[in-house]
Amino acid sequence: MKKFSLLSTRAGALFLAPATALVGVFVIIPFFWVIFVSFTNRTLLGRTAVDPDFVGLQNYFALFNPATFFTRGQFGFSLILTIQFVLLSALIGQALLGLLLAWLSQSVTPTLKSFLQTAVIAAWILPEVVIGFAWFAFLDYDNGTLNMILRGLGLPPGDWLLQQPFWVIVFFNTWRGAAFSMMLFNSAFQSIPPSYFQAADVAGATSWQKLRDIALPLIRGHVVTDLILITMWTFNVFTPFLLTHGGPSYRTEILSIYTYRIAFKDFEFGKGAAVGVVIMLINLAFALVYLRIAHKKPVEAE
Amino acid sequence: MQKRTQNIFVRRTVFAAAATFLGTVFALPLVWFIFAPFNARAELGLAIPSPFTLSNFATVFENTFAMQALLNSLIQAAGGVVLVGAAATLAAYALSRSPIPGKGAVTYILLLFSSVVSGSAAMVPIFLIISAAGLIDTHLAVILVFAGGLLPTAMFILRDFIDAIPRSYEESAMVAGASPLQAFFDVALPVIRPGIVVVVVWAFVNIWGSFLIPFILLRSDKLMPASVAIYSFYSEAGTPIVTLLAAYSLIYSLPVIALYLFVNWKFGFRFFGGIKS
Repeated sequence: MKKFSLLSTRAGALFLAPATALVGVFVIIPFFWVIFVSFTNRTLLGRTAVDPDFVGLQNYFALFNPATFFTRGQFGFSLILTIQFVLLSALIGQALLGLLLAWLSQSVTPTLKSFLQTAVIAAWILPEVVIGFAWFAFLDYDNGTLNMILRGLGLPPGDWLLQQPFWVIVFFNTWRGAAFSMMLFNSAFQSIPPSYFQAADVAGATSWQKLRDIALPLIRGHVVTDLILITMWTFNVFTPFLLTHGGPSYRTEILSIYTYRIAFKDFEFGKGAAVGVVIMLINLAFALVYLRIAHKKPVEAE
Repeated sequence: MQKRTQNIFVRRTVFAAAATFLGTVFALPLVWFIFAPFNARAELGLAIPSPFTLSNFATVFENTFAMQALLNSLIQAAGGVVLVGAAATLAAYALSRSPIPGKGAVTYILLLFSSVVSGSAAMVPIFLIISAAGLIDTHLAVILVFAGGLLPTAMFILRDFIDAIPRSYEESAMVAGASPLQAFFDVALPVIRPGIVVVVVWAFVNIWGSFLIPFILLRSDKLMPASVAIYSFYSEAGTPIVTLLAAYSLIYSLPVIALYLFVNWKFGFRFFGGIKS
Protein backbone atom coordinates (compact mmCIF):
# COMPACT_ATOMS: atom_id res chain seq x y z
CA MET A 1 0.00 0.00 0.00
CA LYS A 2 1.30 3.42 -0.86
CA LYS A 3 1.95 5.52 2.20
CA PHE A 4 -0.15 8.60 1.69
CA SER A 5 1.10 11.84 3.12
CA LEU A 6 -0.75 13.51 5.93
CA LEU A 7 0.15 16.97 4.85
CA SER A 8 0.78 18.05 1.29
CA THR A 9 4.05 19.75 0.49
CA ARG A 10 2.23 23.00 -0.01
CA ALA A 11 0.40 22.84 3.31
CA GLY A 12 3.66 21.81 4.92
CA ALA A 13 5.38 24.88 3.50
CA LEU A 14 2.54 27.01 4.82
CA PHE A 15 2.90 25.48 8.27
CA LEU A 16 6.62 26.19 8.19
CA ALA A 17 6.29 29.79 7.03
CA PRO A 18 5.84 31.67 10.34
CA ALA A 19 8.72 29.88 12.03
CA THR A 20 10.94 30.29 8.99
CA ALA A 21 10.26 34.02 8.86
CA LEU A 22 10.99 34.55 12.56
CA VAL A 23 14.10 32.41 12.63
CA GLY A 24 15.26 33.89 9.36
CA VAL A 25 14.98 37.49 10.49
CA PHE A 26 16.19 37.12 14.08
CA VAL A 27 18.71 34.29 13.85
CA ILE A 28 19.97 33.77 10.31
CA ILE A 29 20.14 37.39 9.17
CA PRO A 30 21.95 38.54 12.35
CA PHE A 31 24.53 35.83 11.65
CA PHE A 32 25.41 37.38 8.29
CA TRP A 33 24.81 40.96 9.35
CA VAL A 34 27.23 40.78 12.22
CA ILE A 35 29.94 39.62 9.80
CA PHE A 36 29.13 42.51 7.49
CA VAL A 37 29.10 45.12 10.27
CA SER A 38 32.44 43.85 11.58
CA PHE A 39 34.07 45.15 8.37
CA THR A 40 32.75 48.69 8.91
CA ASN A 41 33.36 51.50 11.37
CA ARG A 42 29.69 51.76 12.26
CA THR A 43 28.90 53.60 15.49
CA LEU A 44 25.70 54.31 17.37
CA LEU A 45 25.87 58.09 16.99
CA GLY A 46 27.40 60.57 14.58
CA ARG A 47 28.02 60.41 10.86
CA THR A 48 29.20 56.79 10.84
CA ALA A 49 25.90 55.72 12.37
CA VAL A 50 24.02 56.39 9.13
CA ASP A 51 26.84 56.16 6.65
CA PRO A 52 29.53 53.77 7.90
CA ASP A 53 32.73 53.27 5.92
CA PHE A 54 34.10 49.94 4.86
CA VAL A 55 37.30 49.48 6.84
CA GLY A 56 38.30 45.97 5.86
CA LEU A 57 39.96 43.99 8.61
CA GLN A 58 40.77 47.05 10.70
CA ASN A 59 38.49 46.02 13.58
CA TYR A 60 40.11 42.62 13.70
CA PHE A 61 43.59 44.14 13.64
CA ALA A 62 42.53 46.32 16.56
CA LEU A 63 41.32 43.29 18.49
CA PHE A 64 44.43 41.25 17.81
CA ASN A 65 46.92 44.12 18.08
CA PRO A 66 49.89 42.49 19.84
CA ALA A 67 50.86 45.72 21.59
CA THR A 68 47.66 45.88 23.64
CA PHE A 69 46.39 42.31 23.32
CA PHE A 70 47.06 41.28 26.93
CA THR A 71 46.26 44.63 28.51
CA ARG A 72 43.41 44.66 30.98
CA GLY A 73 40.18 45.79 29.35
CA GLN A 74 41.36 44.67 25.90
CA PHE A 75 40.15 41.78 23.78
CA GLY A 76 42.98 39.33 24.47
CA PHE A 77 42.72 39.79 28.21
CA SER A 78 38.99 39.18 28.01
CA LEU A 79 39.41 36.11 25.79
CA ILE A 80 41.94 34.51 28.14
CA LEU A 81 39.78 35.39 31.14
CA THR A 82 36.81 33.75 29.42
CA ILE A 83 38.77 30.57 28.71
CA GLN A 84 39.83 30.37 32.36
CA PHE A 85 36.27 31.06 33.40
CA VAL A 86 34.92 28.25 31.20
CA LEU A 87 37.60 25.76 32.29
CA LEU A 88 37.15 26.44 35.99
CA SER A 89 33.43 27.07 36.34
CA ALA A 90 31.99 24.78 33.64
CA LEU A 91 34.37 21.93 32.96
CA ILE A 92 35.69 21.57 36.50
CA GLY A 93 33.00 23.22 38.60
CA GLN A 94 29.65 22.36 37.05
CA ALA A 95 30.55 19.02 35.48
CA LEU A 96 32.42 17.52 38.45
CA LEU A 97 30.01 18.92 40.99
CA GLY A 98 27.04 17.78 38.90
CA LEU A 99 28.50 14.28 38.74
CA LEU A 100 29.07 14.23 42.47
CA LEU A 101 25.57 15.55 43.18
CA ALA A 102 23.95 12.98 40.90
CA TRP A 103 26.00 10.16 42.41
CA LEU A 104 25.14 11.26 45.94
CA SER A 105 21.46 11.50 45.00
CA GLN A 106 21.51 7.84 44.01
CA SER A 107 22.54 6.67 47.43
CA VAL A 108 20.87 8.86 50.05
CA THR A 109 17.39 8.71 51.58
CA PRO A 110 14.52 10.21 49.53
CA THR A 111 14.10 13.13 51.95
CA LEU A 112 17.74 14.08 51.77
CA LYS A 113 17.67 13.61 48.01
CA SER A 114 14.77 16.01 47.56
CA PHE A 115 16.42 18.58 49.85
CA LEU A 116 19.63 18.38 47.84
CA GLN A 117 17.89 18.55 44.47
CA THR A 118 15.59 21.39 45.52
CA ALA A 119 18.52 23.52 46.66
CA VAL A 120 20.52 22.85 43.51
CA ILE A 121 17.59 23.36 41.13
CA ALA A 122 16.45 26.55 42.89
CA ALA A 123 19.85 28.07 42.10
CA TRP A 124 19.22 27.26 38.47
CA ILE A 125 15.59 28.18 37.84
CA LEU A 126 15.29 31.53 39.62
CA PRO A 127 15.58 34.61 37.36
CA GLU A 128 19.14 35.80 36.89
CA VAL A 129 18.62 39.30 38.31
CA VAL A 130 17.22 37.82 41.50
CA ILE A 131 20.18 35.48 41.77
CA GLY A 132 22.56 38.37 41.13
CA PHE A 133 21.02 40.38 43.93
CA ALA A 134 20.98 37.38 46.29
CA TRP A 135 24.72 36.97 45.77
CA PHE A 136 25.33 40.66 46.21
CA ALA A 137 23.70 40.39 49.64
CA PHE A 138 25.41 37.07 50.36
CA LEU A 139 28.87 38.58 49.73
CA ASP A 140 28.33 41.94 51.45
CA TYR A 141 31.36 42.79 53.57
CA ASP A 142 29.64 44.06 56.70
CA ASN A 143 26.53 41.94 56.98
CA GLY A 144 26.61 39.30 54.25
CA THR A 145 25.80 35.70 55.12
CA LEU A 146 29.19 34.43 53.95
CA ASN A 147 31.23 36.76 56.14
CA MET A 148 28.84 36.10 59.02
CA ILE A 149 29.67 32.41 58.75
CA LEU A 150 33.40 33.05 58.39
CA ARG A 151 33.42 35.28 61.47
CA GLY A 152 31.43 32.64 63.33
CA LEU A 153 34.09 30.09 62.47
CA GLY A 154 36.83 32.47 63.59
CA LEU A 155 38.08 33.04 60.04
CA PRO A 156 38.89 36.44 58.57
CA PRO A 157 36.05 37.94 56.49
CA GLY A 158 36.74 39.30 53.03
CA ASP A 159 35.38 41.89 50.64
CA TRP A 160 35.15 39.21 47.98
CA LEU A 161 33.72 41.28 45.13
CA LEU A 162 36.71 43.62 45.39
CA GLN A 163 39.46 41.24 46.42
CA GLN A 164 38.66 38.09 44.43
CA PRO A 165 36.15 39.11 41.76
CA PHE A 166 37.27 36.44 39.30
CA TRP A 167 36.87 33.62 41.80
CA VAL A 168 33.51 35.04 42.78
CA ILE A 169 32.15 34.69 39.24
CA VAL A 170 33.72 31.23 38.93
CA PHE A 171 31.96 30.01 42.08
CA PHE A 172 28.84 31.93 41.13
CA ASN A 173 28.58 30.27 37.74
CA THR A 174 29.38 26.84 39.17
CA TRP A 175 26.63 27.27 41.74
CA ARG A 176 24.18 28.64 39.20
CA GLY A 177 24.64 25.97 36.56
CA ALA A 178 25.47 22.72 38.39
CA ALA A 179 21.80 21.69 38.26
CA PHE A 180 21.91 20.98 34.54
CA SER A 181 24.82 18.56 34.82
CA MET A 182 23.26 16.98 37.89
CA MET A 183 19.97 16.34 36.10
CA LEU A 184 21.67 15.04 32.99
CA PHE A 185 23.80 12.63 35.03
CA ASN A 186 20.77 11.68 37.13
CA SER A 187 18.94 10.47 34.08
CA ALA A 188 22.12 8.85 32.76
CA PHE A 189 22.59 6.87 35.96
CA GLN A 190 18.96 5.80 35.91
CA SER A 191 19.46 4.32 32.46
CA ILE A 192 22.01 1.83 33.85
CA PRO A 193 20.41 -1.54 34.79
CA PRO A 194 20.44 -1.88 38.61
CA SER A 195 21.68 -5.46 38.27
CA TYR A 196 25.12 -4.15 37.26
CA PHE A 197 25.47 -2.41 40.59
CA GLN A 198 23.99 -5.31 42.53
CA ALA A 199 26.57 -7.64 41.01
CA ALA A 200 29.31 -5.20 42.02
CA ASP A 201 27.87 -5.03 45.55
CA VAL A 202 28.04 -8.81 45.85
CA ALA A 203 31.67 -8.63 44.78
CA GLY A 204 32.24 -6.05 47.54
CA ALA A 205 33.02 -3.06 45.31
CA THR A 206 33.27 0.38 46.89
CA SER A 207 31.14 3.27 45.71
CA TRP A 208 34.15 4.84 44.02
CA GLN A 209 34.91 1.60 42.15
CA LYS A 210 31.31 1.36 41.00
CA LEU A 211 31.41 4.93 39.72
CA ARG A 212 34.76 4.56 37.99
CA ASP A 213 34.44 1.05 36.57
CA ILE A 214 30.72 0.66 35.87
CA ALA A 215 28.87 3.97 35.72
CA LEU A 216 31.36 6.29 34.02
CA PRO A 217 32.22 4.04 31.06
CA LEU A 218 28.50 3.48 30.43
CA ILE A 219 27.56 7.16 30.45
CA ARG A 220 30.53 8.38 28.41
CA GLY A 221 28.20 9.77 25.75
CA HIS A 222 26.26 11.77 28.35
CA VAL A 223 29.49 13.15 29.77
CA VAL A 224 30.62 14.41 26.38
CA THR A 225 27.19 15.95 25.68
CA ASP A 226 27.24 17.64 29.06
CA LEU A 227 30.75 19.02 28.66
CA ILE A 228 30.05 20.53 25.25
CA LEU A 229 26.70 22.07 26.20
CA ILE A 230 27.88 23.65 29.44
CA THR A 231 31.03 24.91 27.73
CA MET A 232 28.94 26.67 25.08
CA TRP A 233 26.54 28.16 27.59
CA THR A 234 29.23 29.32 29.97
CA PHE A 235 31.21 30.79 27.08
CA ASN A 236 28.20 32.95 26.14
CA VAL A 237 26.78 33.68 29.57
CA PHE A 238 26.02 37.29 30.50
CA THR A 239 24.79 36.72 34.06
CA PRO A 240 28.08 37.68 35.83
CA PHE A 241 27.39 41.21 34.59
CA LEU A 242 24.55 41.39 37.11
CA LEU A 243 26.98 40.73 39.93
CA THR A 244 30.13 42.61 38.93
CA HIS A 245 29.38 44.66 35.77
CA GLY A 246 32.68 43.29 34.49
CA GLY A 247 34.67 45.07 37.17
CA PRO A 248 36.41 46.05 39.26
CA SER A 249 38.81 47.39 36.60
CA TYR A 250 37.83 44.77 33.97
CA ARG A 251 38.86 41.84 36.16
CA THR A 252 35.62 39.93 35.47
CA GLU A 253 35.04 41.20 31.96
CA ILE A 254 34.35 37.97 30.09
CA LEU A 255 33.73 38.21 26.33
CA SER A 256 29.96 38.70 26.49
CA ILE A 257 30.41 41.66 28.85
CA TYR A 258 33.30 42.99 26.77
CA THR A 259 31.10 42.94 23.65
CA TYR A 260 28.38 44.77 25.52
CA ARG A 261 30.80 47.46 26.70
CA ILE A 262 32.40 48.00 23.30
CA ALA A 263 29.07 48.14 21.46
CA PHE A 264 26.70 49.80 23.92
CA LYS A 265 28.96 51.82 26.24
CA ASP A 266 31.68 52.92 23.80
CA PHE A 267 29.18 52.75 20.88
CA GLU A 268 31.71 51.10 18.57
CA PHE A 269 29.39 48.75 16.73
CA GLY A 270 31.97 47.71 14.15
CA LYS A 271 34.43 46.54 16.75
CA GLY A 272 31.67 45.00 18.86
CA ALA A 273 30.51 43.08 15.80
CA ALA A 274 34.04 41.81 15.22
CA VAL A 275 34.06 40.41 18.76
CA GLY A 276 30.68 38.85 17.99
CA VAL A 277 32.14 37.13 14.93
CA VAL A 278 35.00 35.67 16.98
CA ILE A 279 32.47 34.41 19.56
CA MET A 280 30.38 32.85 16.79
CA LEU A 281 33.40 31.09 15.27
CA ILE A 282 34.22 29.54 18.63
CA ASN A 283 30.54 28.60 19.11
CA LEU A 284 30.53 27.07 15.65
CA ALA A 285 33.48 24.83 16.45
CA PHE A 286 31.75 23.52 19.58
CA ALA A 287 28.38 23.15 17.84
CA LEU A 288 29.84 21.13 14.98
CA VAL A 289 31.54 18.75 17.39
CA TYR A 290 28.32 18.45 19.36
CA LEU A 291 26.08 17.80 16.36
CA ARG A 292 28.53 15.22 15.04
CA ILE A 293 28.36 13.35 18.34
CA ALA A 294 24.61 13.80 18.76
CA HIS A 295 24.03 12.37 15.30
CA LYS A 296 26.13 9.34 16.09
CA LYS A 297 24.32 8.64 19.32
CA PRO A 298 21.58 6.24 18.12
CA VAL A 299 24.30 3.88 16.87
CA GLU A 300 26.23 4.17 20.09
CA ALA A 301 23.15 3.34 22.14
CA GLU A 302 22.74 -0.08 20.53
CA MET B 1 29.76 -10.27 57.45
CA GLN B 2 29.54 -7.90 60.39
CA LYS B 3 32.38 -5.81 59.05
CA ARG B 4 30.49 -5.52 55.80
CA THR B 5 27.38 -4.19 57.53
CA GLN B 6 29.55 -1.74 59.40
CA ASN B 7 31.11 -0.55 56.16
CA ILE B 8 27.73 0.02 54.62
CA PHE B 9 26.71 2.00 57.67
CA VAL B 10 29.84 4.15 57.51
CA ARG B 11 29.36 4.71 53.80
CA ARG B 12 25.73 5.71 54.24
CA THR B 13 26.70 8.19 56.94
CA VAL B 14 29.45 9.72 54.83
CA PHE B 15 27.12 10.04 51.86
CA ALA B 16 24.36 11.56 53.94
CA ALA B 17 26.79 14.02 55.50
CA ALA B 18 28.16 15.02 52.10
CA ALA B 19 24.66 15.47 50.66
CA THR B 20 23.57 17.57 53.64
CA PHE B 21 26.68 19.71 53.39
CA LEU B 22 26.33 20.32 49.64
CA GLY B 23 22.61 20.98 49.90
CA THR B 24 23.29 23.54 52.61
CA VAL B 25 26.05 25.21 50.60
CA PHE B 26 23.69 25.51 47.63
CA ALA B 27 20.88 26.86 49.78
CA LEU B 28 23.00 29.42 51.70
CA PRO B 29 23.00 32.29 49.17
CA LEU B 30 19.21 32.00 49.00
CA VAL B 31 18.40 31.69 52.71
CA TRP B 32 18.56 35.45 53.08
CA PHE B 33 15.72 35.65 50.54
CA ILE B 34 13.40 33.61 52.69
CA PHE B 35 13.50 36.19 55.49
CA ALA B 36 14.33 39.61 54.06
CA PRO B 37 11.03 40.16 52.19
CA PHE B 38 9.14 39.80 55.47
CA ASN B 39 11.37 42.08 57.47
CA ALA B 40 10.50 45.78 57.53
CA ARG B 41 14.08 46.59 58.55
CA ALA B 42 15.83 44.13 56.26
CA GLU B 43 19.46 44.76 55.45
CA LEU B 44 21.96 42.70 53.54
CA GLY B 45 22.59 40.60 56.63
CA LEU B 46 20.72 37.46 57.54
CA ALA B 47 18.17 38.18 60.25
CA ILE B 48 14.97 36.57 61.43
CA PRO B 49 12.28 39.23 61.06
CA SER B 50 10.66 40.28 64.31
CA PRO B 51 7.85 40.71 63.75
CA PHE B 52 7.08 39.01 60.44
CA THR B 53 5.40 41.65 58.34
CA LEU B 54 3.97 42.10 54.88
CA SER B 55 4.64 45.83 54.84
CA ASN B 56 7.40 45.49 52.20
CA PHE B 57 4.89 43.92 49.87
CA ALA B 58 2.40 46.68 50.56
CA THR B 59 5.07 49.22 49.56
CA VAL B 60 5.75 47.31 46.34
CA PHE B 61 2.07 47.12 45.47
CA GLU B 62 1.76 50.88 45.94
CA ASN B 63 4.67 51.50 43.60
CA THR B 64 3.02 51.92 40.20
CA PHE B 65 6.32 51.72 38.33
CA ALA B 66 7.12 48.35 39.91
CA MET B 67 3.69 46.97 39.16
CA GLN B 68 3.81 48.26 35.59
CA ALA B 69 7.13 46.43 35.15
CA LEU B 70 5.57 43.15 36.23
CA LEU B 71 2.78 43.73 33.73
CA ASN B 72 5.40 44.47 31.05
CA SER B 73 7.18 41.22 31.85
CA LEU B 74 3.86 39.45 31.49
CA ILE B 75 3.08 41.13 28.15
CA GLN B 76 6.49 40.28 26.72
CA ALA B 77 6.54 36.72 28.03
CA ALA B 78 2.95 36.01 26.97
CA GLY B 79 3.49 37.51 23.53
CA GLY B 80 6.67 35.54 23.01
CA VAL B 81 5.08 32.34 24.28
CA VAL B 82 2.08 32.60 21.95
CA LEU B 83 4.34 33.15 18.96
CA VAL B 84 6.79 30.40 19.89
CA GLY B 85 4.03 27.94 20.78
CA ALA B 86 2.00 28.48 17.61
CA ALA B 87 4.87 28.76 15.13
CA ALA B 88 6.80 25.87 16.64
CA THR B 89 3.78 23.55 16.68
CA LEU B 90 2.94 24.24 13.04
CA ALA B 91 6.54 23.95 11.92
CA ALA B 92 7.28 20.82 13.93
CA TYR B 93 4.14 19.18 12.57
CA ALA B 94 5.16 20.00 9.02
CA LEU B 95 8.69 18.72 9.62
CA SER B 96 7.31 15.49 11.03
CA ARG B 97 4.41 14.78 8.68
CA SER B 98 4.80 16.48 5.32
CA PRO B 99 6.98 15.13 2.50
CA ILE B 100 8.98 18.37 2.22
CA PRO B 101 12.44 17.51 0.90
CA GLY B 102 15.49 18.22 3.04
CA LYS B 103 13.71 18.07 6.39
CA GLY B 104 16.71 16.55 8.11
CA ALA B 105 18.96 19.29 6.81
CA VAL B 106 16.53 21.98 8.01
CA THR B 107 16.59 20.62 11.55
CA TYR B 108 20.36 20.33 11.49
CA ILE B 109 20.91 23.85 10.18
CA LEU B 110 18.41 25.31 12.64
CA LEU B 111 20.16 23.70 15.58
CA LEU B 112 23.52 24.82 14.32
CA PHE B 113 22.46 28.43 13.87
CA SER B 114 20.57 28.63 17.12
CA SER B 115 23.60 27.52 19.10
CA VAL B 116 26.05 29.68 17.17
CA VAL B 117 24.03 32.91 17.20
CA SER B 118 23.93 33.54 20.95
CA GLY B 119 22.73 36.71 22.62
CA SER B 120 26.27 37.83 23.35
CA ALA B 121 27.43 37.29 19.76
CA ALA B 122 24.37 38.79 18.10
CA MET B 123 23.53 41.75 20.31
CA VAL B 124 24.92 44.21 17.76
CA PRO B 125 23.04 42.95 14.66
CA ILE B 126 19.85 42.33 16.65
CA PHE B 127 19.96 45.90 17.85
CA LEU B 128 20.60 47.11 14.28
CA ILE B 129 17.78 45.02 12.78
CA ILE B 130 15.33 46.21 15.40
CA SER B 131 16.54 49.79 14.80
CA ALA B 132 16.15 49.45 11.06
CA ALA B 133 12.61 48.13 11.55
CA GLY B 134 11.84 51.13 13.75
CA LEU B 135 10.93 48.87 16.65
CA ILE B 136 13.43 50.08 19.24
CA ASP B 137 11.67 50.68 22.55
CA THR B 138 8.56 48.57 21.84
CA HIS B 139 7.17 45.41 23.40
CA LEU B 140 7.05 43.90 19.94
CA ALA B 141 10.83 44.13 19.56
CA VAL B 142 11.42 42.01 22.66
CA ILE B 143 8.68 39.55 21.69
CA LEU B 144 9.97 39.03 18.14
CA VAL B 145 13.61 38.66 19.12
CA PHE B 146 12.76 36.05 21.74
CA ALA B 147 10.40 34.21 19.41
CA GLY B 148 13.15 33.93 16.79
CA GLY B 149 15.78 32.91 19.30
CA LEU B 150 13.72 30.28 21.11
CA LEU B 151 11.99 28.77 18.06
CA PRO B 152 14.73 26.40 16.85
CA THR B 153 14.95 24.58 20.18
CA ALA B 154 11.16 24.62 20.58
CA MET B 155 10.72 23.11 17.13
CA PHE B 156 13.30 20.49 17.92
CA ILE B 157 11.60 19.42 21.16
CA LEU B 158 8.16 19.33 19.52
CA ARG B 159 9.36 17.48 16.47
CA ASP B 160 10.72 14.69 18.65
CA PHE B 161 7.41 14.66 20.42
CA ILE B 162 5.30 14.47 17.25
CA ASP B 163 7.57 11.85 15.67
CA ALA B 164 6.77 9.62 18.64
CA ILE B 165 3.02 9.76 17.90
CA PRO B 166 1.83 7.03 15.49
CA ARG B 167 0.76 8.38 12.11
CA SER B 168 -2.16 5.96 12.19
CA TYR B 169 -4.06 8.38 14.44
CA GLU B 170 -4.42 10.96 11.72
CA GLU B 171 -4.49 8.39 8.93
CA SER B 172 -7.56 6.70 10.33
CA ALA B 173 -9.22 10.10 10.76
CA MET B 174 -8.52 10.90 7.13
CA VAL B 175 -9.74 7.49 5.97
CA ALA B 176 -12.93 8.34 7.85
CA GLY B 177 -13.18 11.49 5.72
CA ALA B 178 -11.40 14.19 7.71
CA SER B 179 -9.44 16.83 5.83
CA PRO B 180 -5.72 17.23 6.61
CA LEU B 181 -6.54 20.37 8.58
CA GLN B 182 -9.20 18.57 10.61
CA ALA B 183 -6.76 15.73 11.20
CA PHE B 184 -4.27 18.26 12.51
CA PHE B 185 -6.58 20.31 14.70
CA ASP B 186 -8.95 17.62 15.98
CA VAL B 187 -6.76 14.54 16.14
CA ALA B 188 -3.08 15.48 16.30
CA LEU B 189 -3.25 18.69 18.34
CA PRO B 190 -4.91 17.15 21.43
CA VAL B 191 -2.27 14.41 21.47
CA ILE B 192 0.60 16.90 21.07
CA ARG B 193 -0.73 19.16 23.81
CA PRO B 194 1.57 17.96 26.62
CA GLY B 195 4.55 18.69 24.37
CA ILE B 196 3.24 22.17 23.67
CA VAL B 197 2.77 22.77 27.39
CA VAL B 198 6.40 21.87 27.99
CA VAL B 199 7.61 24.19 25.25
CA VAL B 200 5.38 27.01 26.41
CA VAL B 201 6.52 26.74 30.03
CA TRP B 202 10.14 26.60 28.94
CA ALA B 203 9.76 29.66 26.69
CA PHE B 204 7.88 31.59 29.37
CA VAL B 205 10.54 30.99 32.01
CA ASN B 206 13.25 32.02 29.56
CA ILE B 207 11.64 35.29 28.54
CA TRP B 208 10.38 36.16 32.02
CA GLY B 209 13.83 35.84 33.53
CA SER B 210 15.95 37.37 30.82
CA PHE B 211 17.83 40.60 31.23
CA LEU B 212 20.12 41.32 28.27
CA ILE B 213 17.62 41.60 25.39
CA PRO B 214 15.15 44.03 27.02
CA PHE B 215 18.13 45.86 28.52
CA ILE B 216 19.52 46.74 25.08
CA LEU B 217 16.24 47.06 23.14
CA LEU B 218 14.15 49.17 25.50
CA ARG B 219 14.68 52.74 26.66
CA SER B 220 11.59 54.13 28.31
CA ASP B 221 10.64 53.32 31.89
CA LYS B 222 7.06 52.49 31.07
CA LEU B 223 8.08 49.48 28.92
CA MET B 224 10.77 47.98 31.16
CA PRO B 225 10.15 44.42 32.32
CA ALA B 226 10.75 43.55 35.96
CA SER B 227 14.22 42.16 35.28
CA VAL B 228 15.45 45.60 34.22
CA ALA B 229 13.15 47.71 36.38
CA ILE B 230 14.50 46.07 39.51
CA TYR B 231 17.59 48.25 39.13
CA SER B 232 15.54 51.31 39.88
CA PHE B 233 15.25 50.18 43.48
CA TYR B 234 18.53 51.82 44.28
CA SER B 235 18.74 55.06 46.16
CA GLU B 236 20.41 58.03 44.52
CA ALA B 237 23.64 57.14 46.29
CA GLY B 238 23.60 53.78 44.49
CA THR B 239 22.81 51.68 47.53
CA PRO B 240 19.98 49.22 47.14
CA ILE B 241 16.68 49.76 48.91
CA VAL B 242 16.85 46.29 50.35
CA THR B 243 13.34 45.97 51.72
CA LEU B 244 11.75 46.77 48.36
CA LEU B 245 14.21 44.73 46.34
CA ALA B 246 13.72 41.65 48.47
CA ALA B 247 9.93 41.75 48.37
CA TYR B 248 9.87 42.58 44.68
CA SER B 249 12.33 39.81 43.82
CA LEU B 250 10.12 37.32 45.59
CA ILE B 251 6.99 38.44 43.74
CA TYR B 252 8.90 38.39 40.47
CA SER B 253 10.19 34.85 41.16
CA LEU B 254 6.79 33.41 42.05
CA PRO B 255 5.60 32.59 38.50
CA VAL B 256 8.83 30.74 37.80
CA ILE B 257 8.55 28.75 41.03
CA ALA B 258 4.88 28.01 40.35
CA LEU B 259 5.62 26.80 36.83
CA TYR B 260 8.46 24.65 38.08
CA LEU B 261 6.17 23.02 40.63
CA PHE B 262 3.50 22.58 37.96
CA VAL B 263 5.85 20.85 35.51
CA ASN B 264 7.29 18.78 38.32
CA TRP B 265 3.84 17.66 39.40
CA LYS B 266 2.49 17.07 35.93
CA PHE B 267 5.41 15.53 34.09
CA GLY B 268 8.11 14.89 36.65
CA PHE B 269 10.97 17.31 36.21
CA ARG B 270 13.20 14.88 34.39
CA PHE B 271 14.65 16.21 31.32
CA PHE B 272 12.25 18.61 29.77
CA GLY B 273 13.56 21.37 31.96
CA GLY B 274 17.05 20.30 31.06
CA ILE B 275 16.93 22.21 27.86
CA LYS B 276 17.70 25.80 28.54
CA SER B 277 18.90 28.43 26.15
